[in-house]
Order: sequence, then structure tokens, then C-alpha cells
Amino acid sequence: MTKRIIALTMLLVVVVAGLVFAEPNNGGTLVYGRGGDSVGLDPILVTDGESYKVTQQVFDTLVEYKPGTTAVVPSLASSWSVSDDGLIWTFRLRKGVKFHDGTAFNAAAVKFNFDRWRLVDHPYHQANKFIYYGYMFNGTPGVIKDVVAIDDYTVQFVLTQKFATFLSNLAMVPFAISSPDAIQKWGDDYFTHPVGTGPFKFVEWVKSDRITLERNDDYWDGKPYLEKIVFRSIPDNGARFMELQAGTVDIIDGISPNDVEILEKTKGLKLSPRPAMNVAYFAMNQRFEPFKDPKVRQAINYAIDKQTIIDAFFAGLAVSAKNPMPPSMWGYNDSIPGYEYDPAKAKKLLAEAGYPEGFKMELWAMPVPRPYMPQPKLIAQAIQQFLAEVGIEAEIVSYDWATYLSKVREGEADSYLLGWQGDNGDPDNFLYTLLDKTNSNGFAYQSEELHEVLIEAQKVFDQDVRTELYQKAQEIIFEDAPWVNLAHYTAPIGLKDKIEGFIPSPTGTEKLNKVWFK
Amino acid sequence: MLAYMSKRVVFLVPILIGVSFLVFLMIHLVPGDPAVMMLGERGTPEMLEQLRVDLGLNDSILTQYYRFLKKLIHFDLGRSVISNVPVNKEIGDRFPATLELTIFGMFLAVIIGIPAGILAATKQNSLFDNASMVVALFGVSMPVFWLGLMLIWLFSVKLGWLPPSARLTVGVDLLSITNIHILDSLLTGNLRALFDTFGHLILPAVALGSIPMAIIARMTRSSMLEVMRQDYIRTAYAKGLNSRIVIYKHGFRNALIPVITVVGLQFGSLLGGAVLTETIFSWPGIGKLSYDAIMARDFPVVQGSVLVIALIFVLINLIVDLTYSIIDPRISYS
Repeated sequence: MTKRIIALTMLLVVVVAGLVFAEPNNGGTLVYGRGGDSVGLDPILVTDGESYKVTQQVFDTLVEYKPGTTAVVPSLASSWSVSDDGLIWTFRLRKGVKFHDGTAFNAAAVKFNFDRWRLVDHPYHQANKFIYYGYMFNGTPGVIKDVVAIDDYTVQFVLTQKFATFLSNLAMVPFAISSPDAIQKWGDDYFTHPVGTGPFKFVEWVKSDRITLERNDDYWDGKPYLEKIVFRSIPDNGARFMELQAGTVDIIDGISPNDVEILEKTKGLKLSPRPAMNVAYFAMNQRFEPFKDPKVRQAINYAIDKQTIIDAFFAGLAVSAKNPMPPSMWGYNDSIPGYEYDPAKAKKLLAEAGYPEGFKMELWAMPVPRPYMPQPKLIAQAIQQFLAEVGIEAEIVSYDWATYLSKVREGEADSYLLGWQGDNGDPDNFLYTLLDKTNSNGFAYQSEELHEVLIEAQKVFDQDVRTELYQKAQEIIFEDAPWVNLAHYTAPIGLKDKIEGFIPSPTGTEKLNKVWFK
Repeated sequence: MLAYMSKRVVFLVPILIGVSFLVFLMIHLVPGDPAVMMLGERGTPEMLEQLRVDLGLNDSILTQYYRFLKKLIHFDLGRSVISNVPVNKEIGDRFPATLELTIFGMFLAVIIGIPAGILAATKQNSLFDNASMVVALFGVSMPVFWLGLMLIWLFSVKLGWLPPSARLTVGVDLLSITNIHILDSLLTGNLRALFDTFGHLILPAVALGSIPMAIIARMTRSSMLEVMRQDYIRTAYAKGLNSRIVIYKHGFRNALIPVITVVGLQFGSLLGGAVLTETIFSWPGIGKLSYDAIMARDFPVVQGSVLVIALIFVLINLIVDLTYSIIDPRISYS
């Protein structure tokens, strides 16, 4: 009996201790290994993921995405409202927040940042350099007619038109709020001296080697657990993976699919797939005679076995795609049947279209892995095989990345691989951005019907109405089959299993303030 | 000698102008420009056009080249179009890293390659000769990236003896003065950083040095074999000199000229072309810089780094030529 009591007491002690120790630990340095250096640390000036990984820690946006999703939640703005006509957005700002240089965050700072981005005569505007601003808000000044500081903690945005993606756009990392003092102090060199309100402060940048950040003890969302973060550039995928195995880095991305199996078997390491907000596609250029016929395009859709490609070249870490947007996004049309692998049907369609013997064409493949497609050349070879089975002889063509993008965009490729990593979690950012007649020069797809639906959807706020419109858009795209939707890649992230609190974001970057070491 | 040197230095100017013009022409003839790279999948035709105008890419090549030369006179290489960092600073930051690695790699190549070559030559057709030449053949043929990855796998992942990459361990601080870490750690008396730096240098230096080591060993061997067949060597032996003196004083010294040439050439090409080693070992050097710049069509950085690499190459050749006259008094430049 006594033994049993002792045993029970000990068990209780262990459980209680477990609970106590399960509390996040404070401290430690997280070393993050990634494939390249950041281009710059002023988020509005850059477009590369490697820059955003860092600025996401240093800065905050007015609103942000809930971790692991693209739902918009409060950040520097604690609440907001929109006028009935949809033209005036009013944001209440969080009080008591300070930039890392000690200056106060307030409505004037918000106005300064937005004026800098949108007004070409603003003293700190850099002409044509704020790429994402023009891109997301339709040019400079774009849809934002005015930004008014009503009082210290209320700011109002006056828009020129109803703009459905406004709130989602504000959550994007490039639109993070900088310290106006720091921008004035550093001028053109601000991109190497970033000052925000985020959970970590910038310390040092050794070009092409590492960027060091330290904890912001006064962070408004609670003191971050990690004391420091070091972002290291380790360009070679194999070398980066071995650094993780050797324990010299704690977390890496850009893992080659070939290493996924080893990672899963390695003790002390774990895998965390990033939720997909991307699409990898195979586009068919309608300037090329056979592709003018939708039957041929549908035939090619039937001819390609996506699941085999995913298993072989995405290490199984992808969702087979039937629409151009990923299933995790609202507005996704799950009733679309998709094109199942059916070479017999493909052959039949080809015969109906007048190509019973198939034809010859070029198949362009990217020279570099992209966030949505890890091994484009091997995938191209697989597609080549699948097409050969239905009589189409495809010759693989490749250029270096800059040349490839230029030529593809000019419409020089008969067919090509490419893809898209989403920006703001809105269907518009996939369907309109990729397939509207104004954006589809590479494959010359011109659908007036689709255009009307997509433009309509940009002008309404009601998500139910928009959902309906986007579902219709996906039906049109399915029928027209302008390209083959291949996959939505859930890119693997490798980390030590003593790391807790890491929630990969579909946007490609995440705040690390809730990450801690067991 | 001085007159010769100044003549060579004056010749530098047309050489560098020629090199810069060729590079300028080549990189502008290749399709794709920085605007495309900066915008990636996101570039719309209007945005691309606007950015091109802004970057001055729509001007004629000659206008752009003239702008480049005008700045160059003031030793200004412009700013990177991608990162906006001055090119002088980009190169200044990276070059010491490359120099440190190259010196270390060449040091390994020379202290192993030359003795191996001499030994192989004096014991021609022996087991050592055959074995070392087979190893050298491997050294020349082995892809550096493969060797590099294998070294990391063995010494870092499996054995845990050496750090896999980078120049310093995270957490080891070093005040940067020259950005040559060995020098900086000696200057500041920072022993921890010194040992850490050595540890980080070994694997990349072995990977980098493998090819030059093999080439130097083979060159030393064949040059020695040729010299050792000369009449004066036979005479020296006939005089009754011991073989060590014959080999080193009479043989090796005369065999050195082609070896020095190879060492110089290798040194020069490593300084500019260690792209693979620098990539595998995350070494922030000039090879990686120029490679990335070419891929990103970052014209000013490509121009600047190629110019610097060409300058160094020419200077090393000059030094090599001058050492000839020191080693072999029959060669004179006066």
C-alpha cells in the first residue's frame, strides 16, 4: 500500500513537473538556415521571401494574418470599421506601442508611411521602387486617395473606389510600418537600418552570411521567448540539410524532396509542411496552333498523371490541383470534378480535334526550383513521358531564370511550367492575377466572360457574393482548360524537435515570437 | 626592372578597359535584365517598362557604358540595382573572405603538391609515384561540389570534428578590422575566434585546394623529370655531390619556373572563380557575389567584380613574371 502511495506520489510529481516544464522557456538563440541572403530590410523596397522572413520579425502591419491561416486579425490596429459605401476605412490604433528607436507609434506614423509609399512627391518616396504598393493598390497613389490622422490613435483611409481586397492587402509584410524618424535619419540607406515595432530588433547584417536580431522586451503582444534569432544564408540545399543534421542550425527551409525521407527518419528532427498558398501549373500557349482548340488542351489535362508526379518529385508533399487556387482558400470550388488521369480519353479528344497522330511541340522548364515547384526539370521530363504516351512529342527547352521569365512572358514558349505563390490570401490574387485577359499574355488566354466575373468580384465586399463569383470563375476556367493545374506544394520545413510554437504560415513567412526551445 | 614594371602597370589600363567593355557587351546581349529578375512572377509589362526606364536600361549600350566609365574614373563602381548597396562596398566586404580562403587553400596545395611531385619524380615508376599520380588524377577530375558535400558529411555530420560551413560559429564574436578573420583575431588577441576561424577554414580549403594540389603535383613531377635528365645533373652526381643537394639545389630550382607559373595561374583563378566552394560552404566571397550578380543580371556588380578579378589576375601574372628573374638569374627584365 505504502509502495503504491509512493509510486502514485512520484507519478504526480512527474506529471506536475511536466506541466510546469511545458511552460515555454525563455531564452536561447534560434539559428534559421535559408537559401539566400535578404535583398534589403525595408519591406516596401523588396519582393523576395528571404527579406520578408526577417522584416516579419522587425515590423508589424496594421492588421495581420492569424498564424497558419490567411484570416485577417488585429495587429497595430486593434479594431476597424468601413463606411456603407465602402470608401472610408477607419482604424483604431493600439496605444502605448513604441518603435525600437523609442519613438511613439501613432496615427501620424501610419500616415507618414502610407504617404511615403503612395505620393511620388513625398521626400522619402523612391520612384518605381515600391513595387508591391503599386502592385496591390493599383499604382501610385492608386486606390488610396487620402490618409487622415483623425487623432493620435485613429487613422482614416479614403479610397477612390470600393476595393474588396483592401484589408487583406494591409496584412501583407511589405506594408509594415517603419519609424518615420529612422527613415528620415537614414534616407536611402534605411534598408540596412530597419526600425519597426516588431517582436525582434535588428542588430547586425553580415552580407551574404548572417542577419542577427535580438528580442524586443517591450513587445506589445508579450515578451518573445527567444533571446536572439540568427538568419544564416546557406545556398546549397544539401549543405543546409547537413547543417541541420550536424545541429549547427535549428530550422531550415528549401529542403530537397530527396532529403525528406532521411529527415523523417533522423532522431531529434521533425518535419513541418507549410500550408499551400500556391499553384504549380503547366501552361499551353494559344498562339501555338493545336492549343487554339480547347479539346487539345483538355486532352493534355487528361494525359498527365499528377499524383505520380507529386509522389515522385514533391516527395508526396503536395495536393493534386484541380483549380488554380489552393483548397485552403475561401472561394474554392470543390464541386469541380478536375481532369482525372485518362490517356484513352486524351487520345480520343486529340483525334476529335484532328490530331490522331499527335503533334510536336516545345515544353519549357524552369532552370531553378521555385517555392511552388521543387524540381521543375524532372517534372518536365515526366510530363514529356506522359505526353509521349498519347502521341505528343515534346522537346524540353530551358534557359536561365531571367531569360526564361522574359521569353515566357513575351509568349515565346509553346508550353511552359510556372507557378505562383500567393500574396494576400484573396482568390483575386490567384484568379485575376493569373488568368484574367489582362494578365495572361504568356499563354494568350482571352476570356471575356471570365474577365467580367473577376472584375465584378473586385467591387463587392460581401464574401458570400464574392465566393459565388469566384466559383463561377473556376467553372469557366475548368471548361476552357487554359493550363494544367498540377499541384499545390506544401513545402517541407525541417526543425529540431525541441522547437515548440512554430506555426508555418501559408504566406511564406511567420512571426517567431511564440517559438521556444523545450 | 622598374621601367619594366611601370610599363606593365601602364598596360593595365587598356587591358581593363577592354575587359570591361567585353563584359558590358556580353551581359547586355544576353536576354533578361534586372527588372525581370526583381519582379519575378509578378512583373506586368507596364511595371517592367517603368522599372527599366528608372534603372536606365532603355538607353543604348554605349550610353550606359559611357555612364559606367565616367563613374569609374572616380573609382566609383555604382550601386547594385538589386540591393542598392554601393558596388565598392559589396566587393570590399567580400574580397577579404575570398582572399583568406584562397591563401589557405593554395598553401595546402603547395605544401602537399610540390613535395609529392618531387618525390614522385625522383622515384619514378615506384609505388609512391603511381599512387600519388592516381590520387592527383582524382583530384583534377573530382567535382568540387561533390567533394565538398562529402567532406561536410564525413567531418561534420558523422564525426562532428569540424563545423560544416560559414566563417564563424554563431555566438563567436569578432571585431572586423580587415575582414580577414585570422588577421583580425590576431590583431584583437581573440584566441577563441582564431581557433574557430581555423576550424571553419579547413574543409573549404581542402575542397578548394584539391584541384590546384593535383595540378601542381603533376607539373612539379614532369618538370623535375625533364630537369633531372639534363647533363648538368649528371655532372653534379659525377662530382660526387649527395643526391639531396643535387635534387634540391640543381634539380628543383631549375624545375621551378613552370611550377611558379601554374601556382600563379591557379591562385588567380581561385580568387575569381571559387563559386562552387563558396556556395557549398556558405562562404561570403567574391565568386559567389559575381555568380549571383550574373544570375540576377545585376549589371553594376557584374562589371565591378569582373573588373576587380581581372585586375588581380593581371597583377598576379606580373608578380609571377618578376619572381622568374629572382629564381633564374638568366631571366632579366632590364
